[in-house]
Amino acid sequence: MNLSFFLFYISAAVAITTAIMAVTRKNASHALIYLVVTLLSIAVIFFLLGAPFAAALEIVIYAGAIVVLFLFVVMMLNLGRSSVARESQWLRPGMWVLPAILSGVLFIVFGYTVLQTENSAMIEGQVVPPKEVGTVLFHEYLLGVELAGVLLLAALVGAFHLGRRYLEERREN
Amino acid sequence: MHLLWAIPALPLAGFLILFLTEGRLPRAMVSNIGAGSVGLAALLTGYVAWQFISSDSTSFTSSSWTWMIVGEFNVSFRLWVDALSLVMVSVITGVGFLIHWYATGYMSEEEGYSRFFCYMNLFVFAMLILVMGDNLLLLFLGWEGVGLCSYLLIGFFHKVPEFGYAARKAFVVTRVGDTFLIIALFLLFREVGSLEIQEGLVYARENMSDASTINTIICLLLLGGAVGKSAQVPLQTWLPDAMAGPTPVSALIHAATMVTAGVYLIARMQDFFMLSQTAMLCVAAVGLITLLIASFTALVQSDIKRVLAFSTMSQIGYMFFALGVGAWSAGLFHLMTHAFFKALLFLASGSVILAMHHEQNMFKMGGLWKKLPIPFIAMLVGSAALVALPLTSGFFSKDAILLKAWKSDSDFATLFWTVAVIAAFLTSLYTVRMMVLTFFGKPRSEMHELKKESLWHPSRIRTVVPFGLLAVLSIAGGWMGFEFTSDLFGDKGVHAEFHFDPIALLTLGVPFAGVVVGYFLFASDLIDRRRLIKNKMGELLSKFWGSGWGFDWVYDTLIVKPFRFIAQTRLNRNDVVDLFFNLIKFLANLFHHILSMFQTGHVRWYAFTMVGGLLLVFLAVVWI
Amino acid sequence: MTTALSIPLEHVFFLAIILFLIGAFGVLIRRNIIFMLLSLEIMMNACGLAFVAAGARWAEPDGQIMFMFILALAAAEVAVALGLVVQFARRFETLDIDRAEELNG
Repeated sequence: MNLSFFLFYISAAVAITTAIMAVTRKNASHALIYLVVTLLSIAVIFFLLGAPFAAALEIVIYAGAIVVLFLFVVMMLNLGRSSVARESQWLRPGMWVLPAILSGVLFIVFGYTVLQTENSAMIEGQVVPPKEVGTVLFHEYLLGVELAGVLLLAALVGAFHLGRRYLEERREN
Repeated sequence: MHLLWAIPALPLAGFLILFLTEGRLPRAMVSNIGAGSVGLAALLTGYVAWQFISSDSTSFTSSSWTWMIVGEFNVSFRLWVDALSLVMVSVITGVGFLIHWYATGYMSEEEGYSRFFCYMNLFVFAMLILVMGDNLLLLFLGWEGVGLCSYLLIGFFHKVPEFGYAARKAFVVTRVGDTFLIIALFLLFREVGSLEIQEGLVYARENMSDASTINTIICLLLLGGAVGKSAQVPLQTWLPDAMAGPTPVSALIHAATMVTAGVYLIARMQDFFMLSQTAMLCVAAVGLITLLIASFTALVQSDIKRVLAFSTMSQIGYMFFALGVGAWSAGLFHLMTHAFFKALLFLASGSVILAMHHEQNMFKMGGLWKKLPIPFIAMLVGSAALVALPLTSGFFSKDAILLKAWKSDSDFATLFWTVAVIAAFLTSLYTVRMMVLTFFGKPRSEMHELKKESLWHPSRIRTVVPFGLLAVLSIAGGWMGFEFTSDLFGDKGVHAEFHFDPIALLTLGVPFAGVVVGYFLFASDLIDRRRLIKNKMGELLSKFWGSGWGFDWVYDTLIVKPFRFIAQTRLNRNDVVDLFFNLIKFLANLFHHILSMFQTGHVRWYAFTMVGGLLLVFLAVVWI
Repeated sequence: MTTALSIPLEHVFFLAIILFLIGAFGVLIRRNIIFMLLSLEIMMNACGLAFVAAGARWAEPDGQIMFMFILALAAAEVAVALGLVVQFARRFETLDIDRAEELNG
């Protein structure tokens, strides 16, 4: 029972709460702020689990880059008060029932699967330093790195193509 | 012999290049690739032949690699060359090269120039595989390959429906023979346990008795295959129609090489045939019947190429006859000389036809010898060899066959010999008729406006040189090939006894007699030809002979028409087979509709089904 | 070096499951594309969390490496998806995913 022990459960609670908030907000900007908090708490958990490099990446790339990208799009599309009103119209409670049941059943099945596992183990929080991660990444997972590079290149080309204006012009013809 | 594989590989490479470039190459380059690849193969063959003659071994093999292994059935991909194969390979590449060379001029104004050489190279490759394969399956591969090329090249001018019909006819009729052949291969494999040719021959020599029924059946089935490919009775009807192809094709495929594949097959399987008296008799009989029928038919044709086609049939009949009476070497010798002079005749007739603006009717020609001197001389030389005038190549080979037939110990030797001599006489007759109608007399047509840049113009060296070389071979091929081919099968000794006994004198005299009678019949005015034809008997005979003894009519009535009737009536519509396929159609339609119900276009529906599917998978994992 | 944590692996897994289901729930209930993508990010984070936890259990770097691959995947996905969102908004003047229903069987 030390500080990090409690810190884990506190972070977990924060992550769950903010994730629920993020998913249910009507204002996109608010939802994204909640998402950032979720990501930060997950980063804390990463750190506690002994993965400081993953924690840093979580903050730098997820919270720092991806969410900012989202924010840019939200600002560009100018989702103001009218969109909030429309969201309340879209988010009728009746729609929640079936997804909620489905999620509940999935939770039971997942939980059952996890609890089935024998040899339940404790995580001691042994730190795996970034150097070790890098060594393994560029030796055993070199092919994966190359493939990820190809994937990112494809995404780059795709995003570039989608962002071009002429698609719009073609629609008008 | 490590360069052996290159002989078939060269035409194959030519084919692949022409095939993959799809006619985008300039014509000069197509000529170089198409004719050059065969030319190089011919040079290489010469080198191999020189090595073969100067070495002591009786055969060369190339290194082998495995084609397929199915259980105990092991097919290796190995080339085998002995004296027999070498004769065939020399003819294929040598004559093939000359014909390719000639074709670069002949086809120069046609569409699909590249396609033509593409097919021709593929043909040469397949034919080489046929004769060089050390395995009957490899032989069969080449066998079908040449059949395919024959089909493609007969229908080369595919815009004319009749030519397409001729191509299909050739394909289907030879397919009948191929079916016999493949059944023979099955039986052989069952008997011998291998399709290796040499293994099979050893097995036949050591393990089979003279009276073996299964051996006779195998031999007869092999004969069936040979008959189909070599256009012998009763599967000969495709060859005259095959003349629809360009003339170089007729020269190469339907005179010099492919149609002799049947002869090669029987010669290759010699040890099997030697064991079966019945099969040998059948081979001889088939040859003789074809010989007679084709000679008579050639006598009344009006199309110059059809005359040559029937002449080819009859000459191959000679070869079969030779094999049947045990004159193996003489038969192969005749195959070689025939390739020379028949190719020459076809090429010369092709020049005539081209000069006449694709007119093939001899009755519209006449008096051409002044205007077409080079084709005339070529045709004269070829005809002399065909008629077997002394000192031409055809004389040596035909004489060897006739003498051997006379001396054979068959019960029917005298009968066989008599028929063969009559056929030789007929050969002289129709040859003289063809020459007279084409080159002598008065022009019977106004179409003699000769093209200026025509093929036999001395400046067109590429058509003159093949003529010259083939003419030299037609005359000198007899002496040159004699020593080499006379001892192919260890049955030497026929020509050694060539001296003045009455039989030899008779065989010597028959061609002359034919020429003289032919002259009086067709060229001089001593006999009124009209009166010969204009009685009932004459009309009937000429009609009967002209139609190829009615074989086409018989097949049409017996096979084609009933088949068409069955295919076109309502009898076999909506039957059980259709039901089965309709069921497949119905099921495919049903599943399509069910699946398309899931494709709603709503993204959230997709997400929902994905989560549901995830749930199902996990439930399955947990509870199973 | 250790952070002296000592918690059961199952607890981390449960956290991952809960986050994953929250994300899935979000994808299912929202009609706005932006929110659906946001929920997808939560789901991917949950997966990454499970990987990192499993890696930490054995004190091996493989879990973190898998997380990095997920990160690369998320970056690529977001780039393309946001491009699509922008095109979608231009074309339909709305972000309602139910408008994109032309592609049906």
